[in-house]
Amino acid sequence: MRRLATGLALAVISCGPAAGGDGADAEATYAGVSEALPPQAPARFGFGSAADAARVAMWDQDVKPDGEGLPVGRGTVEQGRQVFGTYCMECHGATGTEGPNDRLAGGEPWVENAPQGRTIGNYWQYATTLYDYIHRAMPQLTPGLLTSDQTYAVIAYVLYLNEIVPEDAVMNAETLPAVVMPARDHFVVDDREGGSGPIR
Amino acid sequence: MSNEITRRAWITTASGVVAAGLIKTQSDAVRLTAQQAPTAPPVPRVPGIFPSGLGERAPGEQPRREFREALSSASRTPLQDLMGIITPSDLHFERHHGGVPNIVSEDHELLVHGLVDRPLTFRMADLMRYPQVSRIQFLECSGNGGGAYNRDRMPTEITPQTLDGLLSTSEWTGVPVSTILREVGVRRGASWILAEGGDSPLMSRSVPLDKVMDDALLAYGQNGERMRPGQGYPLRLFLPGWEGNTNVKWLRRIEVTDRPTYTKDETSKYTDPLGDGTSRQFSFVMDAKSVITFPSYPYVLPDGGWWEIKGLAWSGRGRITRVEVSTDGGRSWMDARVQGPVLPKCTVRFRHLFEWGGRDTIIVSRATDETGYVQPTVQQLWDARGPGTAYHQNHQRAWKIVSTGEVTFGLGDLV
Repeated sequence: MRRLATGLALAVISCGPAAGGDGADAEATYAGVSEALPPQAPARFGFGSAADAARVAMWDQDVKPDGEGLPVGRGTVEQGRQVFGTYCMECHGATGTEGPNDRLAGGEPWVENAPQGRTIGNYWQYATTLYDYIHRAMPQLTPGLLTSDQTYAVIAYVLYLNEIVPEDAVMNAETLPAVVMPARDHFVVDDREGGSGPIR
Repeated sequence: MSNEITRRAWITTASGVVAAGLIKTQSDAVRLTAQQAPTAPPVPRVPGIFPSGLGERAPGEQPRREFREALSSASRTPLQDLMGIITPSDLHFERHHGGVPNIVSEDHELLVHGLVDRPLTFRMADLMRYPQVSRIQFLECSGNGGGAYNRDRMPTEITPQTLDGLLSTSEWTGVPVSTILREVGVRRGASWILAEGGDSPLMSRSVPLDKVMDDALLAYGQNGERMRPGQGYPLRLFLPGWEGNTNVKWLRRIEVTDRPTYTKDETSKYTDPLGDGTSRQFSFVMDAKSVITFPSYPYVLPDGGWWEIKGLAWSGRGRITRVEVSTDGGRSWMDARVQGPVLPKCTVRFRHLFEWGGRDTIIVSRATDETGYVQPTVQQLWDARGPGTAYHQNHQRAWKIVSTGEVTFGLGDLV
């Protein structure tokens, strides 16, 4: 079983011939009918409106594993404890283990069907995903509420709860991508491929 | 001459009745009529309702999606109530991660940026002006059927809807994503996209560019009308044959990238633990699967005799080429009749007529797709994956019919 060590490895695997160049001329058919653009189609239709850098920046808020997309800001474990108590504790419990919603903390290594289930400590692959997800999707009923400082802080706190960073850790755009998560190399490439070979 | 014969025959018959003393009085004749006259449904003698702007189901036919509670994040299609392959749009399953947003189509924008020559925003009117395609294809949540995997908690009193109702089939209409990427000009080195929804958590997934260029749609139509809000109105990414979660609804942003973003839903959520302690990631394709929808729990066969087994089969890798049915728990198999048209990455309806003798019987189905893949038994999946994942559970399902006609779910002799 090949381990999924880097995103780059998967990217290479998945880069098909249609992926390069200008992306023109899809040759797919459906039920025998070509779905390629008709021959009279122009190279460009000219529909849509130009999106300048400011417009893109309004929505381009996602964060990549190498830290691309992380904003300016910082937060400490102690600050995160405050943020967590205000915005997170009601659903995740005082120490991130009590629920009622997803259990966030737990030092136990991942074991299939283990009672603690998937926690940040045993199942999250990249620390940057915490920023990407918390900043856009949490708190559940008021997502997008946390500032970047608050987001960095609460990440520092939940990483501390998972014994991944020390109590004096500071999270920012430089330190967060450098955190190596325990589940970093937990994942493998999907090797199912149909056909009459072994069931996977 | 024939008239004469007929009349004479009638007179003779009538005389015979009287002669036999069967009808003695007029009241006897009335009573006889009341006892022997055939019955029939009444004919309405007043005009019915007049045309209306929107049709309705018959009052006695009210299939419903199933959901657990008001704040539930999923509703399930009543597979046992459906015919053919199309799911009525208002019965299409739903799975959300932050509820259904209230989006006005005229206000919606799609931003396409990243490794492109021309970052653009598109209004719905822009997108709907591009050459359009329609396809009939299934959509299935990768968690569908997970309830029938755990060997310690195998249900018996479970309906096709509860077990496998995160499956629906629609005619989807939209513009190929490849057309839009041609418009913005994909740069060399691009290999993935990030698709982001406009719901409250901005649900996001990374998708390889080769899939996007192959057959992905920006869908805005469903079964002849604009897509329902629960399915992503006004715009969703539709990835034929791929796990439901990647078909990002309320789509507002596509970023062309050279690597995955590793969002929460493709790392900590929709990954599949394996028996060796690792987890399978980016497990996109929904493998071949079939489900018998009749007879199924809680139906009770009222008597023995001829019954038609009916069900659905589908594969995310292409066309279904064969569906087999067993009425002896998987020991012997017969080809079911597969209703055409057989379309790629679409459900087919299969049927198999059988005579139920009133004894305990286990019925099973299994599908084969055009890659040669045969729907596995649950034991095969356990052997390959271990006991712990709820995703991509496409193993064979069985129903047990007992002598009382009651039907329950099970895996029969498949394990």
